[in-house]
Amino acid sequence: MHFSKDHEWVEVEGDVATVGITAYAAEQLGDVVFVELPATGKAIAVGEALAVVESVKAASDVYAPVSGEVIAANDLLGDTPETVNQAPEASGWFVKIKLSRPAEVDDLMDRAAYETFLATL
Amino acid sequence: MDLGVRVPDENLKTTVLTEAHRALGGRMVAFAGYAMPVQYPRGILKEHQWTRERAGLFDVSHMGPAWLELTSPSGDPQADHAAVAALVEPLICGDIAGLKPGRLRYTLLLNSDGGVLDDLMIGRPLADADQGRLYVVVNAGTKESDFSLLTAAVADRAQLRRADDGALIALQGPAAADVLAGVLADAASLGFMSFRQIAYADHALVVSRSGYTGEDGFEILIPARIAQALWNRLLSDERVAPIGLGARDSLRLEAGLPLYGHDIDESVSPVEAALGFAISKRRLKVGDMRGAGRMRQEQAGALSRVRVGLRILEGAPAREGAEITDVDGAPVGIVTSGGFGPSLGAPLAMGFVPPALSQPGTELKVLVRSRPQPARVVDMPFVPHRYHRHP
Repeated sequence: MHFSKDHEWVEVEGDVATVGITAYAAEQLGDVVFVELPATGKAIAVGEALAVVESVKAASDVYAPVSGEVIAANDLLGDTPETVNQAPEASGWFVKIKLSRPAEVDDLMDRAAYETFLATL
Repeated sequence: MDLGVRVPDENLKTTVLTEAHRALGGRMVAFAGYAMPVQYPRGILKEHQWTRERAGLFDVSHMGPAWLELTSPSGDPQADHAAVAALVEPLICGDIAGLKPGRLRYTLLLNSDGGVLDDLMIGRPLADADQGRLYVVVNAGTKESDFSLLTAAVADRAQLRRADDGALIALQGPAAADVLAGVLADAASLGFMSFRQIAYADHALVVSRSGYTGEDGFEILIPARIAQALWNRLLSDERVAPIGLGARDSLRLEAGLPLYGHDIDESVSPVEAALGFAISKRRLKVGDMRGAGRMRQEQAGALSRVRVGLRILEGAPAREGAEITDVDGAPVGIVTSGGFGPSLGAPLAMGFVPPALSQPGTELKVLVRSRPQPARVVDMPFVPHRYHRHP
């Protein structure tokens, strides 16, 4: 698993990346009550707004950690947005992206580096 | 993702309970110049439900409790109450002269146009000896300007004695009365919107049966010296949990209660705010009120907008600033506060719309991130009040 400084995670299998928000981000957000996901087929570039996650208090943008085409969105989050809090780095995934620039993954952190980064916050 | 600023800066004021919040794992945020807990580890949803089902304990010490006291009371209880009421009434729309001893009234501080400068509580003490004074509680963000206004208005005839150096806490929820009865036996007999001074550990508390959640409950003014001890004693009851500002906001939204600076402000009249119940009919009739002409015209139909409750029928929560349109997409108003209602299990909002579109059942739309979502005007409160009213 790879991590961005914006607290998204990426797991790559072949040319497809599964993307979600980290356990740290989910804990900081608090109870998630709504997740707005992009339509499949949408082209997205790294750093662009990919999704919106709403807690009781506020709406927060989730940025794309990699570029490509959205090929799947996690339907589970429509009825049970709390999955983001319960399993942020597993069944609480947001989208699958077919990578257009696989080398971008190399710019992300591994878990040890992400945890070192969290310690600086 | 953008997680926002998490650590309040060091210039924020603290309350006498700040250390207690940190010890409880409260996540501190900046609110009206104070570092206050937005939530504890339990989280906003669970804190909200806990308050609806048991009893939630809130620190609201950032608010502005005070006493307004005649400089030279005559000693005649009726005359003294009439005199202190006459000092404050020109600034507000409520009837204080007619308030019964021991009772508390929700009222509005008005500017010369009848715009709302603040919403506040004013109480008339029970004891004959205290009839020359009023108990006042104003909002945190407006307390300095409110206190300046009151002080200037009463001049040398009365003094405003601030009481915001202690703790003001709220115990809210269906178990609140049982919990408090075990600590302050005299509190349980209070009716809704009544208050008393009650002795506790050789200190005088001010206890009112009131709150901002729609539930039965109490607000308690506590001297600083015993604030932590009483806070901890209440928390030691297993029915009581600490509740942060996040759930305080979702609870008051579901209760249909406006938040000053968001749903009401200086540009809004009490009639537009749908707070007509707070306008004294007696005083409006004689025109003895700031903005009386405007309010009479508004009540007669010359009203361009009114605060309503909205259920968001599909999609994301509509938050403050979201545009409201009619079903054809024409702009008709704005959301002034909104979010997710944990007890409703759905998003809800308050906002202003023209009176013609204010009837419950009216279908509207709200724009969330430029996308229209269906919404419906509904009666407030969204969740029924469960206040303790004497039969």
